[in-house]
Amino acid sequence: MEENVVLSARGISMTFPGVKALDHVDFTLRKGEIHALMGENGAGKSTLIKCLTGINDFEEGEIHIDGIEGPVKNHSTREAQEKGISTVYQEVNLCPNLSVAENLFIGREPLTKLKTIDRKEMVRRAEKLMKDLEIDVDVTSNLENYSLAIQQLVAIARAVDMKCKVLILDEPTSSLDDSEVEKLFGLMRRLKTEGTGIIFVTHFLEQVYAVCDRITVLRNGKLVGEYKIEDLPKVKLVAAMMGKDLEGLDQITVNSLDATKAPMEIRARGLGHTGTVKPFDLDIHQGEVVGVAGLLGSGRSELARVIYGADRKTSGSIKVQDKEADIKSPIDAMNRGMGMLPDDRKAEGIIGDLSIRENIILALQARRGMNRKLSREEQNEITDRYIDLLAIKCASRETPVKQLSGGNQQKVILARWLATDPDFLILDEPTRGIDIGTKTEIQKLISDLAKQGKSVLFISSEIEEMLRVSNRMVIMRDGEKVGELDKDLTQKHVMETIAGGEKE
Amino acid sequence: MNQKKAVRMNSNTILLLITIGLFIVMYAAGCIVYGSKGFSNTQTFMNILINNAGLICISCGMTCVMLTAGIDISVGSLVALDCMVLATGMQKGHGAIAMMLFVLVIGLLIGAFQGYCIGYLEIQPFIVTMAGMFFCRGMTAVVCREQVSITEDMNKLFYQMANLKFKLPFGGYYNKKGVYMAPYVRLGVIIALIVLVLVFLMLRYTRFGRSLYAIGGSEQSAAMMGLNVKKVKMQAYMLSSFLCSIGGICYCLNTMSGSVQQAQGLEMDAISSAVIGGTLLTGGVGNVIGTLFGVLINGTISSIVKTNGKLASSWPNILTAILLFLFIVIQSIFAIARSRKKA
Amino acid sequence: MKQKESLAVRLKKWPLLLPVVCLLLVMAVNIIHDAATGVNPFSFFMITVQHTTGNGNILYGRIIDILNRGSEAAILALGMTLVVSASAGTDISVGSVMSLSASMCCMLLAGFGVTSVSTDLKMPIFVGVLAGLAIGMLCGAFNGFLVAYLKIQPMVATLILYSAARAIGLLLCNNMIVYVRNDAYAFFGSFLGPIPTPIIITIICIVILSLVLKKTALEMYVQSVGINAKASRIAGLNSTVIIFLAYLLCGLFAGIAGIVSSSRITSADSNNIGLYMEMDAILAVALGGNSLGGGKFNLAGSVIGAYTIQAITTTLYALGVSTDQAPVFKAIIVILIVAIQAPPVKTWMKKRQSKRVEVKEAVA
Repeated sequence: MEENVVLSARGISMTFPGVKALDHVDFTLRKGEIHALMGENGAGKSTLIKCLTGINDFEEGEIHIDGIEGPVKNHSTREAQEKGISTVYQEVNLCPNLSVAENLFIGREPLTKLKTIDRKEMVRRAEKLMKDLEIDVDVTSNLENYSLAIQQLVAIARAVDMKCKVLILDEPTSSLDDSEVEKLFGLMRRLKTEGTGIIFVTHFLEQVYAVCDRITVLRNGKLVGEYKIEDLPKVKLVAAMMGKDLEGLDQITVNSLDATKAPMEIRARGLGHTGTVKPFDLDIHQGEVVGVAGLLGSGRSELARVIYGADRKTSGSIKVQDKEADIKSPIDAMNRGMGMLPDDRKAEGIIGDLSIRENIILALQARRGMNRKLSREEQNEITDRYIDLLAIKCASRETPVKQLSGGNQQKVILARWLATDPDFLILDEPTRGIDIGTKTEIQKLISDLAKQGKSVLFISSEIEEMLRVSNRMVIMRDGEKVGELDKDLTQKHVMETIAGGEKE
Repeated sequence: MNQKKAVRMNSNTILLLITIGLFIVMYAAGCIVYGSKGFSNTQTFMNILINNAGLICISCGMTCVMLTAGIDISVGSLVALDCMVLATGMQKGHGAIAMMLFVLVIGLLIGAFQGYCIGYLEIQPFIVTMAGMFFCRGMTAVVCREQVSITEDMNKLFYQMANLKFKLPFGGYYNKKGVYMAPYVRLGVIIALIVLVLVFLMLRYTRFGRSLYAIGGSEQSAAMMGLNVKKVKMQAYMLSSFLCSIGGICYCLNTMSGSVQQAQGLEMDAISSAVIGGTLLTGGVGNVIGTLFGVLINGTISSIVKTNGKLASSWPNILTAILLFLFIVIQSIFAIARSRKKA
Repeated sequence: MKQKESLAVRLKKWPLLLPVVCLLLVMAVNIIHDAATGVNPFSFFMITVQHTTGNGNILYGRIIDILNRGSEAAILALGMTLVVSASAGTDISVGSVMSLSASMCCMLLAGFGVTSVSTDLKMPIFVGVLAGLAIGMLCGAFNGFLVAYLKIQPMVATLILYSAARAIGLLLCNNMIVYVRNDAYAFFGSFLGPIPTPIIITIICIVILSLVLKKTALEMYVQSVGINAKASRIAGLNSTVIIFLAYLLCGLFAGIAGIVSSSRITSADSNNIGLYMEMDAILAVALGGNSLGGGKFNLAGSVIGAYTIQAITTTLYALGVSTDQAPVFKAIIVILIVAIQAPPVKTWMKKRQSKRVEVKEAVA
């Protein structure tokens, strides 16, 4: 192994049913280094981390850890911990109902001669540990009494005390405010000087440049490259993540279509949801396709959710077709002609055990109400029409939707909304994880909808495809709407705005 | 760190304080209203303990299970089975000690089976223990369908154990003839209090005890931190059934008989005692001190209804259910408030 | 060869496989038992017409007996199916609610504090019956409120009425068994023409619920919420209302079962009506091939499941097992059925199956 390397993974491959999640990925972590792991949705970050921590069982490749002979393969988080790999997740994996000291030592409490827990010793050690790491807490108090930031720090302290060589921080900063983040960074820098290797996963670009030494970028399960931080300016990082070289960018431009003179469909003023998206204004005209660009976690999905009422708004107001709309839940939005295809297909999209037919007519039925059931003939007719129209590949309309491939599932949900004949359709990552052919079909469909005078809010991690169909683009960063681009709509411009106005 | 710790009033301590306050108010009200009927005697309080000695043991076990966010509704039937086995065993001339040990083994076995289904097969605790409840009740009938009473001739030792009186050095009074009447407790109360103390220490000072809390706090986190969740869960149900069998012996010392209809609805009393005592149904919070007060509140209700003499015998059930309802609603409101605060 | 295989595969996928196999098993046991004891082995299936003094000519036979005695379980299973499907939990209060609705009805008919009444009822029959059904629905609404609106775990929420409903019933009857020895009231538990009335009431309940499920979108709503509540919300369903409705209906059916049960014995025996019935209802749902984890349901399966249980019970009695011992066997059946459905067991079986396929392929 190379000098100073604490962990190296070579040629890691892993397949999920139908998807190559990791394709011969290499990763190297050195002692005393903070290494950012970057990539968009589905790039394979979390899959790679799960391979390192023993949650996933990778098929090919080897992992070596400093000080351990031969390749290492973990089978559980516990095993990984014993070999020096500790992980702190965005969702704190501690018990809120136990004291800080107990959380630090659970499962390995100091014992008295009687094999009972030596609480005094435990508190003493916990206090020492906290003092060493300069975290100011009362260790006998319950964890739930402290902020998320402190909880994160405690989780890290637990990892540190277990003598970890590799510390993986998986989006630990998503729910922290600036001063809390600074505290976390302080701790990270300390650990770095002590020789711990840290893998830092985040979607905040600023933070990467604030603490990291190196960046590894993944895209679609493949390694894009490993870079020193000074060699990779922000815009280039965004380009690497999104998969476009800056050189060829300017050539793609949008097929501009002036829809701004058309009547207003949606007019949002100061709309926001505490904790996810800051108040924003947004106008959408009829027949207009508005793209929402931004990195994962930038608030792009949340913006859509608050318009649709999936998250109930905490501020602002919304007008639909010039009428004040009080949207409390999705059905309110549906009754005003909206529809939303959510980004998490499995959790919020499909009803897995129900048939294609039931999945397609569900929204239409919900809008009609329980007592006005669609007759079986109507149901069949609608289903067949959309199976035909969207070319859904299936054995029959009674096939449970969970048996379809991802792309076809997505088409089913799309059909569900098209069947309600919406005036305004929100599509959150409609093309994620589906094949190229289907992608093009969906893009074409969006254009067709716009031609029929319908409005579409289109969210995607692929800027290129948004450029192809959008009239206008809203840029999100850190839960805030930071810009709206209509004239100078080029990929380069969009990326610069996402990256924070930094020019090359 | 010499600075004084500020007392934190979180929702859980509030719940416990409500419980203790409720008990004091109820008992005081009982003393005032029924003082003339002898409610204010120290012995009345001791009788509550004597009558509920078994329930204290059972509720301690229930608390442990509920800490892991589980539940065990087989306890009432298991008590009936225990009593029946004790009674028929002694009727056949087996020794008291041997029978008691046998009953404890039954408890462990049933607990182990239920625990395996819940921990390793991941079946909902409610379904498993409901099946356990019917199994035990049915087995009671399989052992014997008639009521069997334990008499002095049958087993002297057990009879003596049941009639032991432990006189207390305080709280007595002189009766009309001027004889000093010292309040007393029976063997069951001593057993129950020992169990209570042991479980209290176990929950606080052993890895197993803290694991119960950890699993209830977040099962996923507990597993991530390297605890063997399945094993601990199985052990929790074994403990519950074991303590339930100890409770069954205490119960039998009071009733001195076994019958199929015995201890019906006891699981409800145990659950409500734990819940009223501040144990969260969602797990992770609670301790046996609260549970003791829960039992005492239940005992006071039935004691008051009994002292009154005119109220229907179903009132304790209804009042307990109402209390359970109120506490469950309070808990769920706290939980909703907490999740709002987080979001 | 190929055709046979496809038949086996189709059988495997048939939703009613489990209940029907169980039912056939029970029948087989009966036939063998009859043959072994020297009775006509097909006496199980024989239906004869007998003349009785009270009811005229009536149908008689073991099948009729099972259909008759299984009525309450079948009615309860209807509501329980909806509850299990929508909320992935069970309503364990149904047995107690049966008792309460019977007590309510009898108390109104006899008047409070009266233990026995024959001809001069205090109220018209229908008022008493409706009140019984209403209190059943009220209990269902209470459970539904706790589960749907306060988000309390279903079994814990229903535990309250499991304990309280029976006690309230006792209170309504002034702690006594109230007898309503009135022919009009006894009708619900006796005969309509040659056929036992409970069978007819059950059929009516099944038909009405099936019609409701067919004519409205309730079936899809309930299943959708049970499978994926989040996605259902995005698609515009109000899961809270749907879960509430499921519990409300479950309460109503418990009320109906309670009236039938009390009419059979022309009294409100609060302590014994509906005793252990929650177990039968849950068992019927599980036996009917429905997952206790919620989601897709099959009403026919639950109904067959209910009659299977009654057949088991009747068989057990025939084999000499007493009423109070029968729960042992039912408990064992519950555990077996739930264990088959348990995720770890399922993955284990799948692994074994795939291994077997691998071996087969290796051989080939």
